[in-house]
Amino acid sequence: MRSIAEIFFGALGRKALGSLKGLHDTSRLINTTFYWTVVSPLRGKPVRLRASVSEVVKTGYNSIPIVSVIAFFVGIILALQAAYQLKKLGALIYVASLVGVSITRELGPILTAIIVAGRSGSAFAAEIGSMKAAEEVDALISMGINPVRFLVVPKLLAMMLMLPALTIIADGVGLFGGFFLSVTLLGIHPSNYIQQTASSLMHKDVFTGLVKAWAFGVAITIVGAYQGFKVEGGAEEVGSRTTSSVVISIFMVIVFDLFFTVLFYFLT
Amino acid sequence: MTEMEDAIKVNNLVTHYGDRVILKSISFAVPRGQTTVILGGSGCGKSTLLKHLIGLLRPTSGQILINNGNIAAMNEGELDEIRKKMGVLFQGAALLNSMTLADNVALPLREHTKLEDSTIQIMVRMKLDLVGLSGFEHFFPSQLSGGMKKRAGLARAMALDPEFLFFDEPSAGLDPVTAAGLDKLILKLRDVFKMTIVVVTHELPSVFMIADYVIMLDLGDVVFAGTLDELRISEHPRVRMFLERRPETEVYSPEDYFRFIAGD
Ligand SMILES: Nc1ncnc2c1ncn2[C@@H]1O[C@H](COP(=O)(O)OP(=O)(O)OP(=O)(O)O)[C@@H](O)[C@H]1O
Ligand SMILES: [Mg+2]
Repeated sequence: MRSIAEIFFGALGRKALGSLKGLHDTSRLINTTFYWTVVSPLRGKPVRLRASVSEVVKTGYNSIPIVSVIAFFVGIILALQAAYQLKKLGALIYVASLVGVSITRELGPILTAIIVAGRSGSAFAAEIGSMKAAEEVDALISMGINPVRFLVVPKLLAMMLMLPALTIIADGVGLFGGFFLSVTLLGIHPSNYIQQTASSLMHKDVFTGLVKAWAFGVAITIVGAYQGFKVEGGAEEVGSRTTSSVVISIFMVIVFDLFFTVLFYFLT
Repeated sequence: MTEMEDAIKVNNLVTHYGDRVILKSISFAVPRGQTTVILGGSGCGKSTLLKHLIGLLRPTSGQILINNGNIAAMNEGELDEIRKKMGVLFQGAALLNSMTLADNVALPLREHTKLEDSTIQIMVRMKLDLVGLSGFEHFFPSQLSGGMKKRAGLARAMALDPEFLFFDEPSAGLDPVTAAGLDKLILKLRDVFKMTIVVVTHELPSVFMIADYVIMLDLGDVVFAGTLDELRISEHPRVRMFLERRPETEVYSPEDYFRFIAGD
Protein backbone atom coordinates (compact mmCIF):
# COMPACT_ATOMS: atom_id res chain seq x y z
CA MET A 1 0.00 0.00 0.00
CA ARG A 2 1.40 3.38 -0.93
CA SER A 3 1.21 6.12 1.63
CA ILE A 4 -0.95 9.20 1.07
CA ALA A 5 2.19 11.34 0.81
CA GLU A 6 3.62 9.05 -1.85
CA ILE A 7 0.47 9.27 -3.92
CA PHE A 8 0.21 13.02 -3.45
CA PHE A 9 3.81 13.84 -4.34
CA GLY A 10 3.78 11.28 -7.12
CA ALA A 11 0.78 12.98 -8.70
CA LEU A 12 2.29 16.41 -8.12
CA GLY A 13 5.57 15.35 -9.73
CA ARG A 14 3.86 13.86 -12.78
CA LYS A 15 1.79 17.00 -13.17
CA ALA A 16 4.90 19.17 -12.88
CA LEU A 17 6.82 17.05 -15.40
CA GLY A 18 3.84 17.21 -17.73
CA SER A 19 3.60 20.99 -17.63
CA LEU A 20 7.38 21.24 -17.95
CA LYS A 21 7.13 19.30 -21.20
CA GLY A 22 4.29 21.56 -22.31
CA LEU A 23 6.45 24.59 -21.55
CA HIS A 24 9.35 23.10 -23.47
CA ASP A 25 7.18 22.31 -26.50
CA THR A 26 5.64 25.78 -26.41
CA SER A 27 8.99 27.50 -26.33
CA ARG A 28 10.14 25.32 -29.22
CA LEU A 29 7.10 26.35 -31.23
CA ILE A 30 7.73 30.01 -30.43
CA ASN A 31 11.37 29.62 -31.44
CA THR A 32 10.55 27.95 -34.74
CA THR A 33 7.83 30.48 -35.49
CA PHE A 34 10.20 33.36 -34.77
CA TYR A 35 12.83 31.77 -37.01
CA TRP A 36 10.50 31.40 -40.00
CA THR A 37 8.89 34.81 -39.49
CA VAL A 38 11.99 36.93 -38.96
CA VAL A 39 15.28 35.13 -39.54
CA SER A 40 14.58 33.07 -42.64
CA PRO A 41 13.10 35.96 -44.70
CA LEU A 42 16.32 37.86 -43.99
CA ARG A 43 18.20 34.88 -45.42
CA GLY A 44 16.21 35.05 -48.62
CA LYS A 45 13.37 32.59 -48.02
CA PRO A 46 10.34 34.88 -48.01
CA VAL A 47 7.10 34.24 -46.13
CA ARG A 48 4.05 33.02 -48.04
CA LEU A 49 2.49 36.31 -48.98
CA ARG A 50 -0.61 35.04 -50.74
CA ALA A 51 -1.52 32.76 -47.83
CA SER A 52 -0.96 35.65 -45.42
CA VAL A 53 -3.37 37.84 -47.37
CA SER A 54 -6.03 35.15 -47.32
CA GLU A 55 -5.54 34.80 -43.55
CA VAL A 56 -5.93 38.57 -43.21
CA VAL A 57 -9.29 38.28 -44.94
CA LYS A 58 -10.38 35.25 -42.89
CA THR A 59 -9.27 36.39 -39.44
CA GLY A 60 -9.47 40.14 -39.86
CA TYR A 61 -11.82 41.38 -42.52
CA ASN A 62 -14.54 38.83 -41.75
CA SER A 63 -14.49 39.80 -38.06
CA ILE A 64 -15.28 43.46 -38.71
CA PRO A 65 -19.10 43.15 -38.47
CA ILE A 66 -19.20 41.23 -35.20
CA VAL A 67 -16.45 43.32 -33.61
CA SER A 68 -18.30 46.51 -34.61
CA VAL A 69 -21.66 45.43 -33.30
CA ILE A 70 -20.27 44.28 -29.96
CA ALA A 71 -18.13 47.39 -29.54
CA PHE A 72 -21.14 49.59 -30.26
CA PHE A 73 -23.24 47.85 -27.63
CA VAL A 74 -20.45 47.93 -25.08
CA GLY A 75 -20.00 51.66 -25.72
CA ILE A 76 -23.70 52.18 -24.92
CA ILE A 77 -23.60 49.95 -21.83
CA LEU A 78 -20.50 51.68 -20.54
CA ALA A 79 -22.00 55.14 -20.99
CA LEU A 80 -25.18 54.11 -19.18
CA GLN A 81 -23.29 52.56 -16.28
CA ALA A 82 -21.08 55.62 -15.97
CA ALA A 83 -24.09 57.96 -16.10
CA TYR A 84 -25.80 55.98 -13.34
CA GLN A 85 -23.03 57.02 -10.92
CA LEU A 86 -21.94 60.35 -12.33
CA LYS A 87 -25.48 61.73 -12.45
CA LYS A 88 -25.60 61.64 -8.66
CA LEU A 89 -22.48 63.82 -8.56
CA GLY A 90 -23.82 66.16 -11.20
CA ALA A 91 -20.82 65.33 -13.36
CA LEU A 92 -22.58 63.78 -16.30
CA ILE A 93 -20.11 65.22 -18.81
CA TYR A 94 -17.41 62.92 -17.41
CA VAL A 95 -19.23 60.06 -19.09
CA ALA A 96 -17.25 61.09 -22.18
CA SER A 97 -13.90 60.78 -20.39
CA LEU A 98 -14.75 57.48 -18.81
CA VAL A 99 -16.03 55.93 -22.01
CA GLY A 100 -13.06 57.24 -24.01
CA VAL A 101 -10.36 56.02 -21.66
CA SER A 102 -11.89 52.63 -20.79
CA ILE A 103 -12.63 51.77 -24.38
CA THR A 104 -9.24 52.67 -25.82
CA ARG A 105 -7.08 51.44 -22.97
CA GLU A 106 -8.96 48.34 -21.99
CA LEU A 107 -12.24 47.25 -23.49
CA GLY A 108 -11.47 47.78 -27.17
CA PRO A 109 -8.40 45.52 -27.19
CA ILE A 110 -9.80 42.88 -24.88
CA LEU A 111 -13.20 42.59 -26.55
CA THR A 112 -11.54 42.27 -29.91
CA ALA A 113 -9.11 39.69 -28.59
CA ILE A 114 -11.85 37.57 -27.05
CA ILE A 115 -13.92 37.64 -30.23
CA VAL A 116 -10.90 36.75 -32.35
CA ALA A 117 -9.86 33.99 -29.93
CA GLY A 118 -13.31 32.48 -30.33
CA ARG A 119 -13.40 32.85 -34.10
CA SER A 120 -9.82 32.43 -35.31
CA GLY A 121 -7.91 30.84 -32.43
CA SER A 122 -10.31 27.92 -32.52
CA ALA A 123 -10.18 27.81 -36.30
CA PHE A 124 -6.37 27.58 -36.21
CA ALA A 125 -6.49 24.69 -33.75
CA ALA A 126 -9.16 22.90 -35.77
CA GLU A 127 -7.40 23.43 -39.09
CA ILE A 128 -3.96 22.34 -37.94
CA GLY A 129 -5.40 19.58 -35.76
CA SER A 130 -7.39 17.99 -38.55
CA MET A 131 -4.39 18.26 -40.87
CA LYS A 132 -2.33 16.51 -38.23
CA ALA A 133 -4.93 13.76 -37.87
CA ALA A 134 -5.09 13.23 -41.64
CA GLU A 135 -1.28 12.97 -41.95
CA GLU A 136 -1.27 16.20 -43.98
CA VAL A 137 1.32 17.68 -41.66
CA ASP A 138 3.50 14.59 -42.16
CA ALA A 139 3.00 14.99 -45.89
CA LEU A 140 4.23 18.59 -45.74
CA ILE A 141 7.34 17.55 -43.82
CA SER A 142 8.00 14.70 -46.24
CA MET A 143 7.88 17.21 -49.10
CA GLY A 144 10.56 19.22 -47.34
CA ILE A 145 8.08 21.96 -46.39
CA ASN A 146 8.25 23.19 -42.83
CA PRO A 147 4.71 23.08 -41.39
CA VAL A 148 5.34 26.04 -39.11
CA ARG A 149 6.43 28.18 -42.04
CA PHE A 150 3.60 26.89 -44.17
CA LEU A 151 0.75 27.08 -41.66
CA VAL A 152 1.62 29.22 -38.66
CA VAL A 153 3.61 32.14 -40.07
CA PRO A 154 0.85 33.44 -42.39
CA LYS A 155 -1.61 33.28 -39.51
CA LEU A 156 0.79 35.05 -37.19
CA LEU A 157 1.45 37.87 -39.64
CA ALA A 158 -2.27 38.29 -40.25
CA MET A 159 -3.02 38.40 -36.54
CA MET A 160 -0.19 40.82 -35.74
CA LEU A 161 -1.61 43.15 -38.36
CA MET A 162 -5.32 42.61 -37.90
CA LEU A 163 -5.72 42.56 -34.14
CA PRO A 164 -4.50 46.17 -33.81
CA ALA A 165 -6.54 47.11 -36.89
CA LEU A 166 -9.70 45.54 -35.50
CA THR A 167 -8.97 47.22 -32.17
CA ILE A 168 -8.89 50.62 -33.88
CA ILE A 169 -12.28 49.83 -35.37
CA ALA A 170 -13.61 48.64 -32.00
CA ASP A 171 -12.27 51.83 -30.37
CA GLY A 172 -13.94 54.02 -32.97
CA VAL A 173 -17.29 52.24 -32.91
CA GLY A 174 -17.24 51.93 -29.10
CA LEU A 175 -16.63 55.66 -28.72
CA PHE A 176 -19.45 56.28 -31.14
CA GLY A 177 -21.74 54.02 -29.08
CA GLY A 178 -21.06 56.07 -25.96
CA PHE A 179 -21.53 59.29 -27.93
CA PHE A 180 -24.77 58.06 -29.45
CA LEU A 181 -26.27 57.19 -26.08
CA SER A 182 -25.08 60.38 -24.39
CA VAL A 183 -26.45 62.79 -26.98
CA THR A 184 -29.78 60.98 -27.27
CA LEU A 185 -30.75 59.55 -23.90
CA LEU A 186 -28.57 61.60 -21.56
CA GLY A 187 -29.09 64.87 -23.42
CA ILE A 188 -25.44 65.90 -23.48
CA HIS A 189 -24.65 68.39 -26.21
CA PRO A 190 -22.70 66.71 -29.03
CA SER A 191 -19.93 69.30 -29.24
CA ASN A 192 -19.44 69.24 -25.46
CA TYR A 193 -19.18 65.49 -25.54
CA ILE A 194 -16.61 65.53 -28.34
CA GLN A 195 -14.59 68.25 -26.67
CA GLN A 196 -14.58 66.37 -23.37
CA THR A 197 -13.49 63.16 -25.09
CA ALA A 198 -10.71 64.94 -26.96
CA SER A 199 -9.36 66.66 -23.87
CA SER A 200 -9.30 63.54 -21.67
CA LEU A 201 -8.09 61.04 -24.25
CA MET A 202 -4.35 60.96 -24.80
CA HIS A 203 -2.30 59.41 -27.60
CA LYS A 204 -0.74 57.01 -25.17
CA ASP A 205 -4.15 55.62 -24.18
CA VAL A 206 -4.77 54.55 -27.74
CA PHE A 207 -1.16 53.47 -28.22
CA THR A 208 -0.99 51.21 -25.15
CA GLY A 209 -4.25 49.61 -26.27
CA LEU A 210 -2.72 48.80 -29.65
CA VAL A 211 0.42 47.33 -28.08
CA LYS A 212 -1.81 45.07 -26.02
CA ALA A 213 -3.78 44.09 -29.10
CA TRP A 214 -0.60 43.13 -30.92
CA ALA A 215 0.51 40.92 -28.02
CA PHE A 216 -2.94 39.31 -27.81
CA GLY A 217 -2.70 38.47 -31.50
CA VAL A 218 0.61 36.69 -30.98
CA ALA A 219 -0.70 34.80 -27.94
CA ILE A 220 -3.89 33.63 -29.67
CA THR A 221 -1.97 32.39 -32.71
CA ILE A 222 0.61 30.48 -30.70
CA VAL A 223 -2.01 28.86 -28.45
CA GLY A 224 -4.18 27.84 -31.42
CA ALA A 225 -1.24 26.44 -33.37
CA TYR A 226 0.16 24.65 -30.31
CA GLN A 227 -3.14 22.93 -29.58
CA GLY A 228 -3.46 21.97 -33.25
CA PHE A 229 -0.01 20.41 -33.44
CA LYS A 230 -0.69 18.52 -30.20
CA VAL A 231 -3.38 16.41 -31.90
CA GLU A 232 -2.12 12.84 -32.12
CA GLY A 233 -5.23 10.77 -32.55
CA GLY A 234 -8.35 11.27 -34.60
CA ALA A 235 -11.26 13.63 -35.05
CA GLU A 236 -12.54 13.61 -31.48
CA GLU A 237 -9.22 14.94 -30.25
CA VAL A 238 -9.49 17.81 -32.74
CA GLY A 239 -12.72 18.80 -30.98
CA SER A 240 -11.26 18.78 -27.48
CA ARG A 241 -8.10 20.59 -28.61
CA THR A 242 -10.22 23.25 -30.28
CA THR A 243 -12.13 23.80 -27.06
CA SER A 244 -8.96 24.08 -25.00
CA SER A 245 -7.47 26.49 -27.51
CA VAL A 246 -10.34 28.91 -26.87
CA VAL A 247 -10.22 28.53 -23.09
CA ILE A 248 -6.43 28.84 -22.91
CA SER A 249 -6.16 31.73 -25.32
CA ILE A 250 -8.82 33.74 -23.45
CA PHE A 251 -6.95 32.97 -20.25
CA MET A 252 -3.66 34.06 -21.84
CA VAL A 253 -5.28 37.26 -23.13
CA ILE A 254 -6.37 38.15 -19.59
CA VAL A 255 -2.92 37.30 -18.16
CA PHE A 256 -1.19 39.43 -20.79
CA ASP A 257 -3.70 42.20 -20.16
CA LEU A 258 -2.92 42.16 -16.46
CA PHE A 259 0.80 42.25 -17.19
CA PHE A 260 0.57 45.16 -19.62
CA THR A 261 -1.88 47.12 -17.51
CA VAL A 262 0.47 46.91 -14.53
CA LEU A 263 3.44 47.74 -16.76
CA PHE A 264 1.80 50.79 -18.35
CA TYR A 265 0.49 51.97 -15.00
CA PHE A 266 4.02 52.28 -13.67
CA LEU A 267 5.60 53.37 -16.94
CA THR A 268 3.37 56.38 -17.49
CA MET B 1 27.22 -4.43 -59.01
CA THR B 2 24.80 -2.05 -60.71
CA GLU B 3 22.07 -4.68 -60.55
CA MET B 4 22.13 -5.32 -56.83
CA GLU B 5 23.45 -2.07 -55.42
CA ASP B 6 21.73 -1.06 -52.18
CA ALA B 7 19.88 2.25 -52.23
CA ILE B 8 18.83 2.11 -48.59
CA LYS B 9 20.57 0.29 -45.78
CA VAL B 10 19.21 -0.01 -42.27
CA ASN B 11 21.58 -1.10 -39.52
CA ASN B 12 20.46 -2.15 -36.03
CA LEU B 13 17.47 0.17 -35.99
CA VAL B 14 15.75 0.41 -32.61
CA THR B 15 12.63 2.53 -32.14
CA HIS B 16 10.32 3.33 -29.26
CA TYR B 17 7.00 5.08 -28.73
CA GLY B 18 7.47 6.34 -25.19
CA ASP B 19 8.76 3.35 -23.25
CA ARG B 20 7.33 0.79 -25.65
CA VAL B 21 9.82 -0.76 -28.02
CA ILE B 22 8.38 -1.08 -31.54
CA LEU B 23 11.33 -2.19 -33.67
CA LYS B 24 14.01 -4.23 -31.91
CA SER B 25 17.30 -3.74 -33.67
CA ILE B 26 16.42 -4.57 -37.27
CA SER B 27 18.80 -4.57 -40.24
CA PHE B 28 18.04 -4.92 -43.92
CA ALA B 29 18.85 -3.42 -47.31
CA VAL B 30 16.67 -2.14 -50.13
CA PRO B 31 18.05 -2.78 -53.64
CA ARG B 32 18.17 0.13 -56.08
CA GLY B 33 15.77 0.34 -58.99
CA GLN B 34 13.49 -2.39 -57.68
CA THR B 35 10.23 -2.68 -55.80
CA THR B 36 10.72 -3.77 -52.21
CA VAL B 37 7.67 -4.76 -50.22
CA ILE B 38 7.66 -4.55 -46.45
CA LEU B 39 5.17 -7.14 -45.29
CA GLY B 40 3.73 -7.85 -41.89
CA GLY B 41 0.65 -8.16 -39.75
CA SER B 42 -1.30 -5.23 -38.36
CA GLY B 43 0.52 -3.32 -35.66
CA CYS B 44 3.91 -4.93 -36.26
CA GLY B 45 5.49 -1.56 -36.94
CA LYS B 46 5.39 -1.18 -40.73
CA SER B 47 4.13 2.38 -40.78
CA THR B 48 6.55 3.22 -38.01
CA LEU B 49 9.44 1.84 -40.04
CA LEU B 50 8.31 3.81 -43.08
CA LYS B 51 8.18 7.02 -41.05
CA HIS B 52 11.78 6.42 -40.04
CA LEU B 53 12.86 5.78 -43.62
CA ILE B 54 11.48 9.16 -44.71
CA GLY B 55 12.92 10.95 -41.70
CA LEU B 56 9.63 11.80 -39.97
CA LEU B 57 10.64 10.00 -36.79
CA ARG B 58 14.06 9.75 -35.18
CA PRO B 59 15.25 6.27 -34.13
CA THR B 60 16.36 5.51 -30.59
CA SER B 61 19.54 4.05 -32.06
CA GLY B 62 20.87 2.60 -35.29
CA GLN B 63 21.62 3.88 -38.77
CA ILE B 64 19.47 4.56 -41.80
CA LEU B 65 21.71 5.02 -44.83
CA ILE B 66 20.12 6.56 -47.89
CA ASN B 67 22.55 6.90 -50.78
CA ASN B 68 25.18 6.22 -48.11
CA GLY B 69 24.19 9.23 -45.96
CA ASN B 70 22.93 8.45 -42.48
CA ILE B 71 19.62 10.28 -42.16
CA ALA B 72 19.36 9.36 -38.48
CA ALA B 73 22.23 11.75 -37.79
CA MET B 74 21.20 14.60 -40.11
CA ASN B 75 19.80 17.97 -39.10
CA GLU B 76 16.51 19.24 -40.56
CA GLY B 77 18.23 21.22 -43.30
CA GLU B 78 20.17 18.21 -44.58
CA LEU B 79 17.06 16.05 -44.25
CA ASP B 80 15.06 18.47 -46.40
CA GLU B 81 17.62 18.03 -49.20
CA ILE B 82 17.20 14.24 -49.04
CA ARG B 83 13.42 14.59 -48.84
CA LYS B 84 13.37 16.34 -52.21
CA LYS B 85 14.57 13.05 -53.69
CA MET B 86 11.71 11.15 -52.07
CA GLY B 87 8.04 10.91 -52.89
CA VAL B 88 5.64 9.53 -50.31
CA LEU B 89 2.09 8.28 -50.71
CA PHE B 90 0.49 8.15 -47.28
CA GLN B 91 -2.09 5.63 -46.12
CA GLY B 92 -4.91 8.15 -46.52
CA ALA B 93 -3.29 10.03 -49.45
CA ALA B 94 -2.89 13.11 -47.20
CA LEU B 95 -3.75 15.64 -49.89
CA LEU B 96 -4.17 19.17 -48.57
CA ASN B 97 -7.93 19.57 -48.38
CA SER B 98 -7.86 23.32 -48.76
CA MET B 99 -6.30 23.17 -52.23
CA THR B 100 -7.36 21.89 -55.64
CA LEU B 101 -5.66 18.84 -57.13
CA ALA B 102 -3.59 21.02 -59.41
CA ASP B 103 -2.37 23.13 -56.50
CA ASN B 104 -1.62 20.02 -54.47
CA VAL B 105 0.56 18.59 -57.21
CA ALA B 106 2.12 21.98 -57.90
CA LEU B 107 3.01 22.54 -54.25
CA PRO B 108 6.43 20.83 -54.20
CA LEU B 109 7.31 22.51 -57.49
CA ARG B 110 6.35 25.96 -56.20
CA GLU B 111 8.23 25.42 -52.95
CA HIS B 112 11.42 23.90 -54.30
CA THR B 113 11.89 25.19 -57.84
CA LYS B 114 11.96 28.59 -59.46
CA LEU B 115 9.97 27.49 -62.51
CA GLU B 116 7.55 29.80 -64.30
CA ASP B 117 3.94 29.21 -63.35
CA SER B 118 3.10 28.26 -66.94
CA THR B 119 5.78 25.55 -66.84
CA ILE B 120 4.44 24.31 -63.54
CA GLN B 121 0.93 24.09 -65.02
CA ILE B 122 2.25 21.90 -67.84
CA MET B 123 4.14 19.65 -65.43
CA VAL B 124 1.08 19.30 -63.23
CA ARG B 125 -1.00 18.26 -66.21
CA MET B 126 1.65 15.69 -67.17
CA LYS B 127 1.70 14.18 -63.68
CA LEU B 128 -2.08 14.02 -63.44
CA ASP B 129 -2.19 12.44 -66.87
CA LEU B 130 0.33 9.83 -65.75
CA VAL B 131 -2.01 8.68 -62.99
CA GLY B 132 -5.12 8.93 -65.17
CA LEU B 133 -6.60 12.03 -63.59
CA SER B 134 -6.42 14.56 -66.40
CA GLY B 135 -9.44 16.80 -66.37
CA PHE B 136 -9.67 16.80 -62.57
CA GLU B 137 -7.26 19.72 -62.05
CA HIS B 138 -9.86 21.94 -60.41
CA PHE B 139 -11.42 19.36 -58.15
CA PHE B 140 -10.90 19.50 -54.41
CA PRO B 141 -9.80 16.32 -52.59
CA SER B 142 -13.18 16.06 -50.84
CA GLN B 143 -14.84 15.67 -54.25
CA LEU B 144 -12.82 12.55 -55.12
CA SER B 145 -13.21 8.85 -54.40
CA GLY B 146 -10.64 7.01 -52.28
CA GLY B 147 -8.92 5.50 -55.29
CA MET B 148 -8.73 8.85 -57.07
CA LYS B 149 -7.25 10.45 -53.96
CA LYS B 150 -4.54 7.81 -53.85
CA ARG B 151 -3.70 8.41 -57.49
CA ALA B 152 -3.65 12.14 -56.91
CA GLY B 153 -1.36 11.61 -53.93
CA LEU B 154 0.88 9.60 -56.22
CA ALA B 155 0.92 12.43 -58.75
CA ARG B 156 2.05 14.78 -56.00
CA ALA B 157 4.69 12.33 -54.80
CA MET B 158 5.98 12.22 -58.37
CA ALA B 159 6.06 15.99 -58.80
CA LEU B 160 9.80 16.44 -58.32
CA ASP B 161 10.68 13.24 -60.24
CA PRO B 162 12.03 11.58 -57.11
CA GLU B 163 14.62 8.84 -56.94
CA PHE B 164 12.68 7.02 -54.22
CA LEU B 165 8.97 6.38 -53.87
CA PHE B 166 7.40 5.20 -50.62
CA PHE B 167 3.88 3.82 -50.32
CA ASP B 168 2.01 3.14 -47.10
CA GLU B 169 -0.71 0.56 -47.75
CA PRO B 170 -1.51 1.71 -51.30
CA SER B 171 -4.40 -0.71 -51.74
CA ALA B 172 -5.97 -0.43 -48.27
CA GLY B 173 -9.63 0.47 -48.51
CA LEU B 174 -9.80 0.06 -52.29
CA ASP B 175 -11.85 -2.44 -54.25
CA PRO B 176 -9.81 -5.24 -55.92
CA VAL B 177 -10.05 -3.70 -59.39
CA THR B 178 -8.92 -0.25 -58.29
CA ALA B 179 -6.19 -1.79 -56.14
CA ALA B 180 -4.93 -3.81 -59.10
CA GLY B 181 -4.92 -0.61 -61.17
CA LEU B 182 -2.73 1.07 -58.60
CA ASP B 183 -0.41 -1.95 -58.56
CA LYS B 184 -0.04 -1.72 -62.33
CA LEU B 185 0.80 1.95 -61.97
CA ILE B 186 3.52 1.10 -59.45
CA LEU B 187 5.00 -1.46 -61.86
CA LYS B 188 4.93 1.12 -64.64
CA LEU B 189 6.79 3.64 -62.53
CA ARG B 190 9.52 1.14 -61.75
CA ASP B 191 9.92 0.08 -65.36
CA VAL B 192 9.68 3.51 -66.98
CA PHE B 193 11.41 5.74 -64.43
CA LYS B 194 13.74 3.13 -62.82
CA MET B 195 12.73 4.35 -59.39
CA THR B 196 13.52 2.62 -56.14
CA ILE B 197 10.13 1.81 -54.68
CA VAL B 198 9.30 0.77 -51.13
CA VAL B 199 5.77 -0.44 -50.46
CA VAL B 200 4.35 -1.23 -47.04
CA THR B 201 1.41 -3.60 -47.20
CA HIS B 202 -0.32 -6.67 -45.86
CA GLU B 203 -2.26 -7.46 -49.02
CA LEU B 204 -0.90 -10.72 -50.41
CA PRO B 205 -2.23 -10.44 -54.00
CA SER B 206 -0.57 -7.08 -54.25
CA VAL B 207 2.73 -8.48 -52.95
CA PHE B 208 2.87 -11.19 -55.59
CA MET B 209 2.07 -8.69 -58.31
CA ILE B 210 4.55 -5.92 -57.58
CA ALA B 211 7.36 -7.21 -55.36
CA ASP B 212 10.90 -7.87 -56.56
CA TYR B 213 12.20 -8.11 -53.03
CA VAL B 214 10.31 -8.80 -49.80
CA ILE B 215 11.06 -7.94 -46.20
CA MET B 216 8.75 -9.43 -43.61
CA LEU B 217 8.38 -7.96 -40.13
CA ASP B 218 6.89 -9.71 -37.16
CA LEU B 219 6.71 -8.40 -33.59
CA GLY B 220 9.33 -5.78 -34.35
CA ASP B 221 11.82 -8.15 -35.97
CA VAL B 222 12.76 -9.00 -39.56
CA VAL B 223 11.76 -12.63 -40.03
CA PHE B 224 12.40 -12.79 -43.76
CA ALA B 225 14.31 -10.85 -46.39
CA GLY B 226 14.68 -12.13 -49.94
CA THR B 227 13.21 -12.29 -53.41
CA LEU B 228 9.64 -13.24 -54.18
CA ASP B 229 10.69 -16.75 -55.21
CA GLU B 230 12.57 -17.22 -51.97
CA LEU B 231 9.46 -16.08 -50.09
CA ARG B 232 7.32 -18.72 -51.80
CA ILE B 233 9.58 -21.54 -50.65
CA SER B 234 10.46 -20.14 -47.24
CA GLU B 235 10.01 -22.59 -44.38
CA HIS B 236 9.82 -19.94 -41.64
CA PRO B 237 6.69 -20.69 -39.58
CA ARG B 238 5.56 -17.03 -39.40
CA VAL B 239 5.99 -16.65 -43.17
CA ARG B 240 4.01 -19.82 -43.83
CA MET B 241 1.28 -18.64 -41.48
CA PHE B 242 1.05 -15.35 -43.28
CA LEU B 243 1.10 -16.86 -46.78
CA GLU B 244 -1.45 -19.52 -45.92
CA ARG B 245 -3.62 -17.06 -43.99
CA ARG B 246 -3.67 -19.28 -40.93
CA PRO B 247 -4.98 -17.65 -37.75
CA GLU B 248 -2.87 -17.20 -34.65
CA THR B 249 -2.90 -20.45 -32.63
CA GLU B 250 -5.00 -20.21 -29.48
CA VAL B 251 -2.94 -19.06 -26.55
CA TYR B 252 -5.58 -19.87 -23.97
CA SER B 253 -7.66 -22.96 -23.37
CA PRO B 254 -11.36 -22.07 -23.03
CA GLU B 255 -11.19 -22.37 -19.24
CA ASP B 256 -8.11 -20.17 -19.04
CA TYR B 257 -9.73 -17.67 -21.35
CA PHE B 258 -12.82 -17.54 -19.17
CA ARG B 259 -10.70 -17.02 -16.10
CA PHE B 260 -8.73 -14.33 -17.96
CA ILE B 261 -11.79 -12.29 -18.91
CA ALA B 262 -13.41 -12.86 -15.52
CA GLY B 263 -10.37 -11.12 -14.12
CA ASP B 264 -8.58 -13.55 -11.77
N1 LIG C 1 1.89 7.83 -32.33
C1 LIG C 1 1.99 6.67 -31.65
N2 LIG C 1 2.16 6.68 -30.31
C2 LIG C 1 2.27 5.54 -29.60
N3 LIG C 1 2.22 4.32 -30.14
C3 LIG C 1 2.06 4.22 -31.47
C4 LIG C 1 1.93 5.39 -32.30
N4 LIG C 1 1.78 4.99 -33.58
C5 LIG C 1 1.81 3.63 -33.55
N5 LIG C 1 2.00 3.17 -32.30
C6 LIG C 1 2.10 1.74 -31.90
O1 LIG C 1 3.17 1.16 -32.60
C7 LIG C 1 2.84 -0.12 -33.09
C8 LIG C 1 3.15 -0.21 -34.57
O2 LIG C 1 2.29 0.68 -35.25
P1 LIG C 1 2.32 0.86 -36.81
O3 LIG C 1 1.36 1.93 -37.18
O4 LIG C 1 3.72 1.04 -37.25
O5 LIG C 1 1.77 -0.54 -37.29
P2 LIG C 1 1.51 -1.06 -38.76
O6 LIG C 1 2.37 -2.25 -38.94
O7 LIG C 1 1.64 0.04 -39.74
O8 LIG C 1 0.00 -1.52 -38.64
P3 LIG C 1 -1.16 -1.43 -39.77
O9 LIG C 1 -0.91 -2.55 -40.72
O10 LIG C 1 -2.42 -1.68 -38.96
O11 LIG C 1 -1.12 -0.08 -40.38
C9 LIG C 1 1.37 -0.35 -32.78
O12 LIG C 1 1.30 -1.32 -31.76
C10 LIG C 1 0.85 0.98 -32.28
O13 LIG C 1 0.06 0.77 -31.14
MG1 LIG D 1 0.21 1.26 -40.99
